[in-house]
Amino acid sequence: MEGTVTKQRLSKRLRRKRAGRIGGNVFAILVYAFIYTPIAVMIIFSFNDQNNNYYWKGFTWRWYEKLFTHSDLMPYLVNTLIVAFFAVLLSLVIGVLGAVGLSRFEFKLKKMVSNSLYIPIVVPEVVLGISILMLYETAHFPLGLPAVILAHVTFSVPFVIIIMRGRLSGMDMSVEEASQDLGANRVVTFFRITLPLLIPGILSSAFMVLTLSIDDVIITNFVSGPYSTTLPVKILSMVKVGLKPEVNALTTLMVLVLVIGILVNQVVQSLLAKRAKTNTKVYF
Amino acid sequence: MTEPIVRLQNVNKFFGDNHVIKNLDLDIEEGEFLTLLGPSGCGKTTILRMIAGFEDATSGVITVEGEHVEDKEAFERDVNTVFQSYALFPHMTVYDNIAYGLTVKKVPKPEIKERVREMLELVQLMGFEGRRPDMMSGGQKQRVAIARALINNPKVLLLDEPLGALDLQLRKQMQIELKRLQQKLNITFVYVTHDQEEAMTMSDRIAVMRGGVIEHLATPKEIYGRPKTRFVAGFIGESNLFSGTVASVEGDRAIVDTDVGRGMMPAEDFKPGDPVHLCVRPEVMQYSTQPVDGFTISGQVKNMIFVGSQYRTLLEQPGHPDVKINRVKVDNSYREGDVLYLHWALDDVTGIRAKEDSDGE
Ligand SMILES: Nc1ncnc2c1ncn2[C@@H]1O[C@H](COP(=O)(O)OP(=O)(O)O)[C@@H](O)[C@H]1O
Ligand SMILES: [Mg+2]
Repeated sequence: MEGTVTKQRLSKRLRRKRAGRIGGNVFAILVYAFIYTPIAVMIIFSFNDQNNNYYWKGFTWRWYEKLFTHSDLMPYLVNTLIVAFFAVLLSLVIGVLGAVGLSRFEFKLKKMVSNSLYIPIVVPEVVLGISILMLYETAHFPLGLPAVILAHVTFSVPFVIIIMRGRLSGMDMSVEEASQDLGANRVVTFFRITLPLLIPGILSSAFMVLTLSIDDVIITNFVSGPYSTTLPVKILSMVKVGLKPEVNALTTLMVLVLVIGILVNQVVQSLLAKRAKTNTKVYF
Repeated sequence: MTEPIVRLQNVNKFFGDNHVIKNLDLDIEEGEFLTLLGPSGCGKTTILRMIAGFEDATSGVITVEGEHVEDKEAFERDVNTVFQSYALFPHMTVYDNIAYGLTVKKVPKPEIKERVREMLELVQLMGFEGRRPDMMSGGQKQRVAIARALINNPKVLLLDEPLGALDLQLRKQMQIELKRLQQKLNITFVYVTHDQEEAMTMSDRIAVMRGGVIEHLATPKEIYGRPKTRFVAGFIGESNLFSGTVASVEGDRAIVDTDVGRGMMPAEDFKPGDPVHLCVRPEVMQYSTQPVDGFTISGQVKNMIFVGSQYRTLLEQPGHPDVKINRVKVDNSYREGDVLYLHWALDDVTGIRAKEDSDGE
């Protein structure tokens, strides 16, 4: 008697559990559809054999051809990549060192410094853009690629510091002490112990800055001179006069590059982990 | 007597307003196994960290081999540490972990190889050199941590509860191994633990600490047999404590009136009226069914239990902690509810001078 009662209860509980699981899956699918449908539409229309994007006419590579043969978009792409590269590089150096300083040393005004990190993040981009522009004007700093790069570094560094500080606080500080205990000074300790342990955090930060930089329209719009316009700024000004299918083609390529980047990152990480596990080096 | 290898003189340490180490003097002799023993939070780790160079003393002098270390960075000091959490480098193999100290000192590769091999043999980890720390058991990690510290040939090895995370059996085994290592290498060990049994097993001398003060520094035998303070008596091993005052001194013996009756102890330099705690270990506590001359302490047998290696009898005394009697053999001459009269040999009792400040209770 008792046995069957428990069984019934159990199956009831299981049914409820299963219903929950199905509900969860449906919800997840909806969320993903919401996020990815626009991107999918864009990709599909980049192959659409028609000059506007209202309905499907037929398949074509035409826009990709046009993009590569006689398109005026390439210089903007190059600008974007240059800006992104240097923005990533500079904000990583500044951000990683800054995070190490903030989490490993005690100094006056530490609290103020660490709270003021959030200001560039919460200030509206327009405000930040105007202030950076005003700063450049006052300092007679010429608008152009360096100006764009510095502006991107300005809004990226806080993100890097926040990501890296999280990593650092999760890291067992005693390994750094152990390194010093064994005779390594602070610099050697940083390069041999701290930095290698921060690699995953540095990779995430790099991705973060890369997307922030490639994404940015507003601030870049303020500080890019005539010859340093980046792709998103250009695209935005183009769509004001109507969507061009070659823009679809271009952004599809960008999505492709990003997806490849993510995949490469994962493959590299799992290879590293695997190599760590199957170390066959002969020591003696 | 040679000069102590490590010397702390009048050392104080504050964390903000928290006075963690109080006027501490400590001489550590070359080649000895010295244990800092005390409850959690009493300042043991802080002392190690000051010797290693991770904390600065607020005041006082620390010398290693006669040299002041205040101005030396941690990486310049000839001491090495085995950390409580092992602190192995997770991104390096066992080989690279152990070699680290020599690698950063730019020792030639063939020599490093030779030394790492020696160390692996010493801690019995041959064949593990290619492993990563996260693929090893706690005991193995511990050995790597020890080898990594020892490869530098330190003058002094500091060990902060190195066995704390291991299970009992492994801990016992490692205690013996560590002691053997220390004797073989003849390195000074400064060992931190809160486990009094561990301290007893391994140490040449034990410094029993409480609240940033060393209450008793002596050999394990002395500390067990002649505890200096009431705290030490209670913290090291089991003890029966009776508080009272010296009633009279007759030759080499003093009569003490405690709150549960009268007892005796060696007179030493006690005078009538002195407050005192009597400490008698459970295995030397004697009893009889009739009162014994000079003693009027008694108790009712509450229960008799077998605790694995010995039989324990608990005697109940109103308003007083139970009196413990431990014997290897069972004694069937009394039963629960019987009244036993307690006494002891003068050799088996320690009179602890009661001080108003340090006793707490
Ligand atoms: N970095 C620190 N900052 C503030 N207080 C500390 C710090 N390290 C230790 N303390 C305090 O010092 C006291 C002694 O700590 P510790 O030496 O770690 O004790 P033990 O190792 O004996 O358990 C404790 O009260 C602890 O809270
Ligand atoms: Mg501690």
